[in-house]
Amino acid sequence: MIKDTIAAIASGLVSSGIGIIRISGPEALPVADACVRFKNGTLKDSADRLARLGAAYDGDEKIDEAIVLVMRAPASYTGEDVVELQCHGGPYVMRRVLDSVIKAGARNAEPGEFTKRAFLNGKMDLSQAEAVMELIDARSEYARKAALSQLSGALSGRVSELREKLITETAYLEAALDDPEHISLDGYSQRLAALLSRVLAELDEMIESADRGKIIREGVRTVILGRPNAGKSTLLNLFLGEERAIVTAVPGTTRDILEESVRFDEMALRLIDTAGIREDGDEIEKIGIEKAYDAAKDADLVLYVTDSSEGLLGEDRQLFNKVKEIAEENGAAVITLINKIDKGTPFSEQEAGDLFDNPVFISAKTGEGKEKLEEKIKELFYDGRINSAEELIIAGARQKEELLAAVAAVKNALSAIETGVPEDFYTVDLMDAYNHLGRITGDTADEALINTIFEKFCMGK
Amino acid sequence: MDREQEFSFDIAVIGAGHAGCEAALAAARLGMKTIVFTVSVDSIALMPCNPNIGGTSKGHLVRELDALGGEMARNIDKTFLQSKMLNASKGPAVHSLRAQADKHAYTAEMRKTLENTPGLSIKQAEVSEIIADGDVVKGVKTASGAAYCCKAVILCSGTYLKARCLYGDVINHTGPNGLQAANRLSDSLRALGIELIRFKTGTPARVDGRTVDYSAMEEQKGDVPITPFSFETDPEDIQKPQVSCWLTYTNEKTHEIIRGGLDRSPLFSGVIEGTGPRYCPSIEDKVVRFADKNRHQLFLEPEGAYTNEMYIGGMSSSLPEDVQHAMIHTVPGLENAHIVRNAYAIEYDLIDPKQLLPSLELKKIKGFYSAGQSNGSSGYEEAAVQGFMAGVNASRKIKGQKPVILDRSQAYIGVLIDDLVTKENTEPYRMMTSRAEYRLLLRQDNADMRLTDIGYEIGLISDERYVKFREKRELISREIERVRETFVGNTAKVQSFLEKHGSTPLVSGISVAELVRRPELDYEKLAPIDDGRPLLPKAVRDQVNIAIKYEGYIKRQEIQVEQFKKLENKHIPENIVYEKVGSLRKEAVQKLNKFRPVSIGQASRISGVSPADVSVLLIYLEKNNRG
Repeated sequence: MIKDTIAAIASGLVSSGIGIIRISGPEALPVADACVRFKNGTLKDSADRLARLGAAYDGDEKIDEAIVLVMRAPASYTGEDVVELQCHGGPYVMRRVLDSVIKAGARNAEPGEFTKRAFLNGKMDLSQAEAVMELIDARSEYARKAALSQLSGALSGRVSELREKLITETAYLEAALDDPEHISLDGYSQRLAALLSRVLAELDEMIESADRGKIIREGVRTVILGRPNAGKSTLLNLFLGEERAIVTAVPGTTRDILEESVRFDEMALRLIDTAGIREDGDEIEKIGIEKAYDAAKDADLVLYVTDSSEGLLGEDRQLFNKVKEIAEENGAAVITLINKIDKGTPFSEQEAGDLFDNPVFISAKTGEGKEKLEEKIKELFYDGRINSAEELIIAGARQKEELLAAVAAVKNALSAIETGVPEDFYTVDLMDAYNHLGRITGDTADEALINTIFEKFCMGK
Repeated sequence: MDREQEFSFDIAVIGAGHAGCEAALAAARLGMKTIVFTVSVDSIALMPCNPNIGGTSKGHLVRELDALGGEMARNIDKTFLQSKMLNASKGPAVHSLRAQADKHAYTAEMRKTLENTPGLSIKQAEVSEIIADGDVVKGVKTASGAAYCCKAVILCSGTYLKARCLYGDVINHTGPNGLQAANRLSDSLRALGIELIRFKTGTPARVDGRTVDYSAMEEQKGDVPITPFSFETDPEDIQKPQVSCWLTYTNEKTHEIIRGGLDRSPLFSGVIEGTGPRYCPSIEDKVVRFADKNRHQLFLEPEGAYTNEMYIGGMSSSLPEDVQHAMIHTVPGLENAHIVRNAYAIEYDLIDPKQLLPSLELKKIKGFYSAGQSNGSSGYEEAAVQGFMAGVNASRKIKGQKPVILDRSQAYIGVLIDDLVTKENTEPYRMMTSRAEYRLLLRQDNADMRLTDIGYEIGLISDERYVKFREKRELISREIERVRETFVGNTAKVQSFLEKHGSTPLVSGISVAELVRRPELDYEKLAPIDDGRPLLPKAVRDQVNIAIKYEGYIKRQEIQVEQFKKLENKHIPENIVYEKVGSLRKEAVQKLNKFRPVSIGQASRISGVSPADVSVLLIYLEKNNRG
């Protein structure tokens, strides 16, 4: 079946200057040859990886001009023969070219199929293939750097190192069990326990990096909360630089959750504006308030906005405490924005600091204090945690799951050692950990896993 | 034609070593008219190397063979001099029984069994040719020209094919122990299109026990009580005084002499072409490869009660005679040892086992089987189990029955044969517990539980034995049930018992099973507070203890086995054309064509076939099934 040749629009189906149709498989050259004509010669004389001007044809009908690139196996992305046709990037034009390629004997590629072939042909391991997708989806500088580091094998390298440690110890144990008259295991289990504790610490570190990784890949999920008309939507617009949220002076105008993503320094902020929260309110408002609290539960950061010009209301304190409680339960950070300072500030920073977490004085309307807010966010999210993006090892959700399973297995082995379970039993745990780590790189991956991973890819990659 | 009529058998077995004996016995006992050829009737079941049966994982093989109805376990139970459970301080999965044999008695006893088995003929002759008609075996021809017609042939040629023994620059064109080599059969095999390879193995020197100073060595005594190999042997019947083995060490002086003689070793000078076993290396190999070790263990083991000869375990060598003498004399206790037989290396032809089906039948020639060292294994036990399986499967083929194939989750035998026919074997294959991925289930203590049903179905387990086995199984499962459902409370008796064993006192009632699982307790220890406990044989009690104590791990392995079976049960059609599968890497196509695996599971174990290739195959098979 993978004998067949696949094709897809690699540049996405949107109008653009250039559109690329990628063909990969053993028949890529003959297929492309049937759809491409040159002034002189045929596709077969094309040098490897040299752009050549030709035209895309459907039978005898010329569809578009095309730059043709031939990359012969194995020196291509997929490791197979690959031909790329760069046409004009109109959706209709690209479709016509693709149709012609399909007619010539290729089949439509499934999402991620090019990368899957790269994996199956040994061009990259599983974690690297996943990094390809991460890189495409990268929404911030950190995400990009992290994905690139994974693509170049940083995660694989670290995982392989741990696997190496586990297999070395297992091999020693096995050798001792097979040759008890020559290899003694006296005192070995203590040494092994020490080593496993170190492995455990490394795994934990990687899992932590997976948690950080989520923020880096998906952005800081930032929920804006506050009483009605405290200026939440104005704050959103301050970040967006446009009037996106409806801003009126009537309290309770924002009933639905608004979500926007902005680039923030080298990361992304996913800003979520919510309906104002207050103790009372009509039925419809109550639904909005519920939603607001729910949003706060998934947040990495809560921006609690107060209207300083109204002075400090008792209600603000109550609401703040509730928000803080939710945030703390879910591990989110809280910044309190003392808003509307353009209208005057009735209390000092000192007083604010006593009452609220991380207070920042700001005017969402004029933009005054925005820099201070940005500094605060940076302080909370990268300080000491993300130092050098080049060293980042970000594990995705699937990888985290395997890491957790490996942790469980190592812990099993440790508790086995502690309770005097014989060596021949806990080697099973060591191999378990080894295999789970192997699923990260694809060394011990099964078919179902591989399919699930590539299903998530975009078309044409 | 007349002559061929005269010599007509169902099955011919070539060779009467450990593989040949089991093959011939299994075949004859299954009603096949069987003939077994040997170059010397006096060398039936000869032990030309170590004087013991069993050892780590090899002990498992012997017990499995016994559960299936083989002979080796019974034979060693009748002829052992010392018995020891290795790894006894470790977990039950790696306990392994090993018995020192009286070589002479072992050989004589096996010969007696063969001679008295109905339907089994012994013939002293060198088989020089396999007769085949196209791709079907028809019989064998001996060097004297006699032809024997038969429906199946089992090759158990051990180390005899084109054998030569070497030490220093001495080369003897003989089989082990100076026995006649089989020099003609290799060519006949090649003529049939069978690929042969060449391996090497070796044996240490033997010394005169009267010239050994045992006071300089550590005594290694046997176990009391003795555990028998065969599930049929009553432990009471085999308790007896045992002889000792002796432990001593090489030293820097020894190693110096060895290094000084290396240039005259055929192994290092390149005279030896065959590949030797990594796991049973010669002493010169060890000195070179583990240069940082300043001593190596040596075991002096008696060759038998009939002789003073002592085997120097751990010192196999092909160094010149003078170097051998000098190095032996550096060893504490062997300073004045008289060397009766020199150590030597032996080289021999064998079948590249890739050409075998899991039934041990050759893919190319129907009805032609091979077992033992001719398949690239090393060791008496490895040979015996293959001989048995080949004997059974050849008989079944003749009867029109499906072959018996044990998989990796059923038996070490399954692991051994799968490894031989699936993996690229470049050296003599030695069984090891680490080769068995489900070894927590494949214990030597439960070999009967795992395999007696199969042995009975094959027809090599007597009704009487089978009834006894079922009773034992019933007792075990009933007792496990009882232990799980029996609760003890926090009575004064229980608390003081627990205190005595350093175990946490109870706050409320708890099942006996829970207590068995506590690291500081076990089933045996709990007897005083387990009032309703029935009187049970030790073998039953042991099973109950292991099943409960290690339940968590055992369950996990059972889950792994289920997953393993899924791939094992995905059969690859015999006529698959791997070139047509596409996207399989070239190396994978080559390997798959070489091995022609029968299942996806087997394919996944071939080196050079990556997980990605396996995915490709799975998808291909799925599509083909649908289409």
